[in-house]
Amino acid sequence: MSSARSSGLSTWARSLWGRLDEVATDAGYAEPPPRKGFFTDTSVCIGCKACEVACKEWNEVPDDGYLLTGMSYDNTQALGASTWRHVAFIEKPVEPASAQPPPVDLGMPAVGAPTDQAAASGEGGIRWLMSSDVCKHCTHAACLDVCPTGALFRTEFGTVVVQPDVCNGCGYCVPACPYGVIDVREDDGRAFKCTLCYDRLKDGRTPACAQACPTESIQYGDLDELRERAAARVEELHGRGVDAARLYGADPEDGVGGDGAFFLLLDEPEVYGLPPDPVVTTRDLGSIWKHVGYAAAGLLALGIGSSLGGRS
Amino acid sequence: MAEAHPVGFQWVMEAKRRGATIIHVDPRFTRTSALADLHVPIRAGSDIAFLGGVINHVLSNDLYFHDYVVAYTNAANLIDEDFRDTDDLDGVFSGYDPEEHHYDPITWRYQSPAEPTEEERRLADELEDEERRQSAGQAQQESHQAAHSESHGSGGAPVNWKGRRDESLQDPHCVFQILKRHFARYTPQLVEETCGISPEQLRAVAEALTSNSGRERTSAFAYAVGWTHHSVGAQMIRTASILQLLLGNIGRPGGGILALRGHASIQGSTDIPTLFNILPGYLPMPHAALHRSLEEWVVDDEGKAGFWGNIRSYAVSLLKAYWGEAATAENDFCFDYLPRLTGDHSTYATVKAMIEGRCKGYFLVGENPTVGSANGKMQRLGMANLDWLVVRDLQMIESATFWKDGPEIETGELATEQIATEVFFLPAASHVEKAGSFTQTQRMLQWRDKAVDPPGDCRSDLQFYYELGQRIRAKLAGSTDEMDRPLLDLAWEYPVDEAGEPDGQAVLREINGTGPDGAALSSYTELKPDGSTSCGCWIYCGVYADEVNQARRRKPHWEQDEVAAEWGWVWPANRRILYNRASAAPDGTPWSERKKYVWWDPEAGKWTGRDVPDFVVDRAPDFVPEQGAKGPDAIGGRDPFIMQTDGKAWLFAPLGLADGPLPAHYEPPESPVHNPLYAQQNNPTRRRLVDPTNPINPSWSEVFPYVFTSYRLTEHHTAGGMSRTLPYLTELQPEPFCEISPRLAAERGLEHLGWATIVTARTAIEARVIVTDRVRSLRLGDQWVEQVGLPYHWGPNGLSRGDSPNDLVNITMDPNVYIQDKVGTCDIRPGRRPRGQALLAYVADYRRRAGLDPTNPSEGGVQG
Repeated sequence: MSSARSSGLSTWARSLWGRLDEVATDAGYAEPPPRKGFFTDTSVCIGCKACEVACKEWNEVPDDGYLLTGMSYDNTQALGASTWRHVAFIEKPVEPASAQPPPVDLGMPAVGAPTDQAAASGEGGIRWLMSSDVCKHCTHAACLDVCPTGALFRTEFGTVVVQPDVCNGCGYCVPACPYGVIDVREDDGRAFKCTLCYDRLKDGRTPACAQACPTESIQYGDLDELRERAAARVEELHGRGVDAARLYGADPEDGVGGDGAFFLLLDEPEVYGLPPDPVVTTRDLGSIWKHVGYAAAGLLALGIGSSLGGRS
Repeated sequence: MAEAHPVGFQWVMEAKRRGATIIHVDPRFTRTSALADLHVPIRAGSDIAFLGGVINHVLSNDLYFHDYVVAYTNAANLIDEDFRDTDDLDGVFSGYDPEEHHYDPITWRYQSPAEPTEEERRLADELEDEERRQSAGQAQQESHQAAHSESHGSGGAPVNWKGRRDESLQDPHCVFQILKRHFARYTPQLVEETCGISPEQLRAVAEALTSNSGRERTSAFAYAVGWTHHSVGAQMIRTASILQLLLGNIGRPGGGILALRGHASIQGSTDIPTLFNILPGYLPMPHAALHRSLEEWVVDDEGKAGFWGNIRSYAVSLLKAYWGEAATAENDFCFDYLPRLTGDHSTYATVKAMIEGRCKGYFLVGENPTVGSANGKMQRLGMANLDWLVVRDLQMIESATFWKDGPEIETGELATEQIATEVFFLPAASHVEKAGSFTQTQRMLQWRDKAVDPPGDCRSDLQFYYELGQRIRAKLAGSTDEMDRPLLDLAWEYPVDEAGEPDGQAVLREINGTGPDGAALSSYTELKPDGSTSCGCWIYCGVYADEVNQARRRKPHWEQDEVAAEWGWVWPANRRILYNRASAAPDGTPWSERKKYVWWDPEAGKWTGRDVPDFVVDRAPDFVPEQGAKGPDAIGGRDPFIMQTDGKAWLFAPLGLADGPLPAHYEPPESPVHNPLYAQQNNPTRRRLVDPTNPINPSWSEVFPYVFTSYRLTEHHTAGGMSRTLPYLTELQPEPFCEISPRLAAERGLEHLGWATIVTARTAIEARVIVTDRVRSLRLGDQWVEQVGLPYHWGPNGLSRGDSPNDLVNITMDPNVYIQDKVGTCDIRPGRRPRGQALLAYVADYRRRAGLDPTNPSEGGVQG
């Protein structure tokens, strides 16, 4: 292929997956400002939920139902059309710092729950992980890619926003999101999600959740600066013996090209209810069309071959 | 702290980021524990034993800050040879009267100087007279106690001499040796048996604390109602102050004991008080029998060492603020117009008076006692018996609607048609709808401007009271009755805006005080006893200095040093850390370069540093006061604790506390545990409220085998009027629940998210069950102690509704401050509670099985 054509194809490919450093430019902005995002450092989250309330107050998001879930102090449960910040609470026992535990005789298989529940609880102590989840504003945003109406669009800040006056409620975006963030509001019909306070950004302000967070667990700023800060924080924590600290969503080579809103976690992503390896739905689009192309070409060849061969 | 003060907690996180160690001691593992370096689960109510264990560690291992302790505390003072400690008398101190349940403190006092002077002899006789009055008789005692323990306010009790001291700390009668003997029994084993805290954990805490205290480093304690809501609450805090004094952590940067308050501006509500027994600036409310004139009122404290000795100036200036022109030297500055105490008028005693028909009217202003006070039923029965009730609030709170939807309507104990109380509900303005100040735990006044007008009929409290006063005065105008003079002679004139809202800043200026020329004063040292100055609260004098609202200052912290003196205004005198003379050594040099704060500048001849010195600014470190000196003249160069009459911090308190000169572990009034230390189970001087509506669970009862305690969640605010009525907060914690350990769940067959009924002798409530490892089963010797945790925010009104856990709480109070004990015993069973009459029968059955005497239900507890 000619070089012009290959660069066009690979540009198009880069738009859909892989590393993409200039998200807003790729979306068509001539001279966009630096990309903005969130770094949520869960190691300093105190679970106060000010982020949930500030977000709802600013964006006039309706309440999302009253249900005592029993999921620790998390009665919000998950991100959705009417929850754009969600604080997760995970209670975990601390493994006593002894050597390999002795082998246990499991005995013969039996039916029913284990019976020895009366022992003292939490002997080794417990950990309580708290984390404020939010839309990831992915570099490669599947919701944006699949939206048929253009309601979802990429802003000049590199964030992803859905326009309620354009959205027709088709719901395509809902299964597309690898994190299960965006959802359709039942009594409304349209899809809603975090806007990264686009209106506040346009005014040069900080998003409501970051503004309200008392411990600066939610940090807002230029994404590359946040990524540097986060890397330094992980190193600092490792230096203090917090080996479990790691970043999530900060890698531009990952399945969504890295997140605009990324996290510092103190355990595996699954513990927080986050997918360990999120992949943008459109990642395989090129490969799919290529194989479709081969199949079509093959069928065409067969068809021509059989119609030619059928003459004799 | 993260639960109740999430915004303030950011500074703990900042400290942690800079390397501080955070230790959290609490019966349950909370959001604070999640961020702390160490969580220490403790049995609710056993903090004196825990802190005593740390003190024992410090004293046994010589880890105290020797130079600080000898110079600045009364460690060296010798105590009367007749003093007997709790170990000698099996749980009480010498001077205990078991009939009257109170102490004669005469054996707790300092030994007199070997050869007292004429002056000292006279003072000694005065002191004895006073102590005799203190122990004179029940009625006298009750009224005097009501006045007395508060009547010294922040001035400290009147110790009339500095007494004999042994600077080597060896004499067996010296405070230091008494302390060592007293806390010797608080061993790690005893702490484990009492608190459920392992010796390893106790050692970890003690080592962290001691290695971070001394010349180069300081440590701070922060506490809240986990220490104050106990019948030994004042002594819990005392134990912490003894510990902090031994470690040299008071009056120094990064040290101290910080009270985390329960409400915004509750500090302000005692500074400009809404308490029955104090006047602004902690002046004592005069007592009808003891203070028949201004002279009698101030003479006890006048001339005592320290700035408290100028009490006459503060008192007269206050009277001038109240009655202006009408207050003259000839009429004792209208001293006769002040209300008088005749006994205990504290809140629970007043509720009892309502039930008995002796109190007819009630104002509830931003207060919801049917949910927020102990023994909710007593509160409602009291309100049902009033002639009138005025409720001012932002929402229709339970205390305004108890007459139609309180729990007693359902049970039939009250019937709406028979409640004759006339209830007035007046909607209030919120804090953004009016201008005014908040005073928070650092004694900092922060002014808030008004942001929006209040909606509809909502009005501020300032406008309400101003207008109420005007209307009453209008009705009384022209009256010749002497009884009406106090109201008619009030200086009651403030500028108002078009909406009738008084100018808050004018009130603040009046509180600040003005001089003879009418100009705003700058310092309480300018106050005079001759009526030429006026001041609404002497400790606030200076907040309007130079005609500038100092409380409104907001210079950001990044433009100042960490003392940040230009943000808000702190009383007194914008001094940020009290007793900061103690941040320098006896010779006036800082204890260390790292911790320098205030020090003596010999060339300039004054104290200087990063904060306003809490000392006579030009008094040299080597100054020795003359014999018989009074007031500030009696402060020596090495006496940093200037509000104490001997200038020293009191490890041992010869006077001023109703329940002993030293803290001792006593069990909560309801407890499943025998006091491991003494035969005396409970605080012998605890204040009981004897009433059929306040029955008490017998201790060590199999019928009520579990401990319960109440606390807060971040998502809700106090009695819930400001949170359970809002969708965004309701959805965060939508239903009331109790928190229990897995072991207790298994023992009682309780299921996670199921219903439970929790029952005490008062009543039974229901809540959903949360089973969690964050509530630890505690092993105390051979005994398991299980605790039921109850967030107390709920009541029957609002979006999120439920039973009120405070309905379970018995009213037994700390004898110093009349605060109720929130720890009790209970039973917990699966399932929802009975309704209507069946609820009464259910509770009656529990009482019967527990052996409560129906004719004497308040005496069902432990005798003595």
